[in-house]
Amino acid sequence: MTSMIKLIGIEKKLGGQPVLQGVDLSIPVGKLTTIIGGSGSGKSVLLKHMIGLLQPDRGEVWIGDVEISRLSGTKLNDVRRRFAMLFQGAALFDSLSVFENVAFPLREKLRMKGPEVTRRVEEKLAQVELAGMGHKFPAELSGGMRKRAGLARALVMEPEIILFDEPTTGLDPLMAKSIHDLIVAMQRRFGFTAVMVSHEIPEIFAISDWVAMLRNGKIAAMAPADEFQQIADPDIQEFISVGGTVVLPGSHVR
Amino acid sequence: MVSNMVKWLGALVVTRVQEMGRMLLFVLSAFAWLARPPFRFSHMLKQLHFIGYKSTFVVVLTAGFTGMVLALQGYYSLRKFGAEGMLGAAVALTMIRELGPVLAALMVTARAGSAMTAEVGIMRITEQIDALDTMAINPIQYLIAPKLVAGLIGVPLLVAIFDVVGIYGGYVAGVDLLGGDAGSYWNSIESAVEWKDIYGGILKSISFGLIITWICSYKGYHTRQSAEGLGTATTEAVVLSSVVILMWDYFLTSVLL
Ligand SMILES: Nc1ncnc2c1ncn2[C@@H]1O[C@H](COP(=O)(O)OP(=O)(O)OP(=O)(O)O)[C@@H](O)[C@H]1O
Ligand SMILES: [Mg+2]
Repeated sequence: MTSMIKLIGIEKKLGGQPVLQGVDLSIPVGKLTTIIGGSGSGKSVLLKHMIGLLQPDRGEVWIGDVEISRLSGTKLNDVRRRFAMLFQGAALFDSLSVFENVAFPLREKLRMKGPEVTRRVEEKLAQVELAGMGHKFPAELSGGMRKRAGLARALVMEPEIILFDEPTTGLDPLMAKSIHDLIVAMQRRFGFTAVMVSHEIPEIFAISDWVAMLRNGKIAAMAPADEFQQIADPDIQEFISVGGTVVLPGSHVR
Repeated sequence: MVSNMVKWLGALVVTRVQEMGRMLLFVLSAFAWLARPPFRFSHMLKQLHFIGYKSTFVVVLTAGFTGMVLALQGYYSLRKFGAEGMLGAAVALTMIRELGPVLAALMVTARAGSAMTAEVGIMRITEQIDALDTMAINPIQYLIAPKLVAGLIGVPLLVAIFDVVGIYGGYVAGVDLLGGDAGSYWNSIESAVEWKDIYGGILKSISFGLIITWICSYKGYHTRQSAEGLGTATTEAVVLSSVVILMWDYFLTSVLL
């Protein structure tokens, strides 16, 4: 497989605590790869390394054939133009309406103007079931609505690579399913490389191409989604079976 | 024991110097980004509205009472020398040279500066600044540069309002209430205030505008990731900005005199 993102020996300490302790990970191009792992295991930190928001203490981050871990300024921005990211907390701009938030990357990053912006924004808002909510401000939305607005903002640019940090956390099961379906449909249609952090076990095994598990600061396993559940490692089995059997569908391992 | 003290002191000095270096880089990069397109005039106007227009009320209120109390105190002192006729000059010079810039700057720090730190700090905590970064938009150019420009323009305008209202407040207390002579109030101002007094006041207020927006946006930009961090950042911003204003004021005054 050719990889779009390649992490080599990533180590990162935050607040004196080692979070990542030698992560080696290859994200295949044009596929949906899901990263699972316990709360606080460093999944969000890992995603932030992929887009250069955090720099590793040691190790390399390759995006295609560019090593970004020591880049800054315009060189880093050139790489970032290939990305979009949905943050765990959505990170909507408080001072802008939902419509303006989704239009923001089109206007500021792609320098688009006029009715084309409106058309694309309204299409995306409808897809995340926020049609007619464009005039509201982030503070007036529920957590789940904010998440979906953030998702619309990430999807609207149709970039090469999209990072999703828990796109369905905080959504009801029906909504979670429709968001999963949306991500998969968009991914199949545009063929972008998707990296998703998720707690939705077992749903992710049905929608992902690859699954990787982060544990103790390392990638404990990575396999095609249908093979991942067969991995014999007892810790992995424990982690994925709790989500599949004991916990009701739609809720998540916390 | 002693070597520990020296170590601790050394570390303290090093972190302070590092912080000052970071602050300098922060403001330099903001000005460097200001020179590059895209130019966001609407952001600048919005900040000007926030720093300037919205501070007008509190500035007028403080200015009125400051002018009035200056006239009361001045009248009391000047009368001892039979120089009540100089009241206007005393009030105007104190206002224009000193109290106008300093008090207006302190009021803007309390009202707009603290809010600026909180606004930027919340954007930091909720990853809105990171989101700008991921969209390849420089947050310093997008967020900070318009605030600096607004401070450089807005504070001098507020100081001008402060001076005018303060001098008029002095008139109300000194002439209307205490019965001083109206003609000599205005005449003494006209003969005593020179252009260099006014230039000095303008120079002070421009530099205060920079100090406020610089320190307050820097503290917000580097807020630590917690609700507590936001409180600390706001307090530090207001205290540091006020102290630097007073110290810089002394320095400028001693140079300008
Ligand atoms: N800016 C930071 N400063 C200090 N420590 C941090 C910072 N960001 C993350 N950490 C720490 O790094 C560890 C991993 O955090 P991270 O947010 O990546 O977890 P996560 O796997 O995404 O968890 P969750 O599933 O709850 O979102 C945590 O212990 C966290 O406290
Ligand atoms: Mg996380």
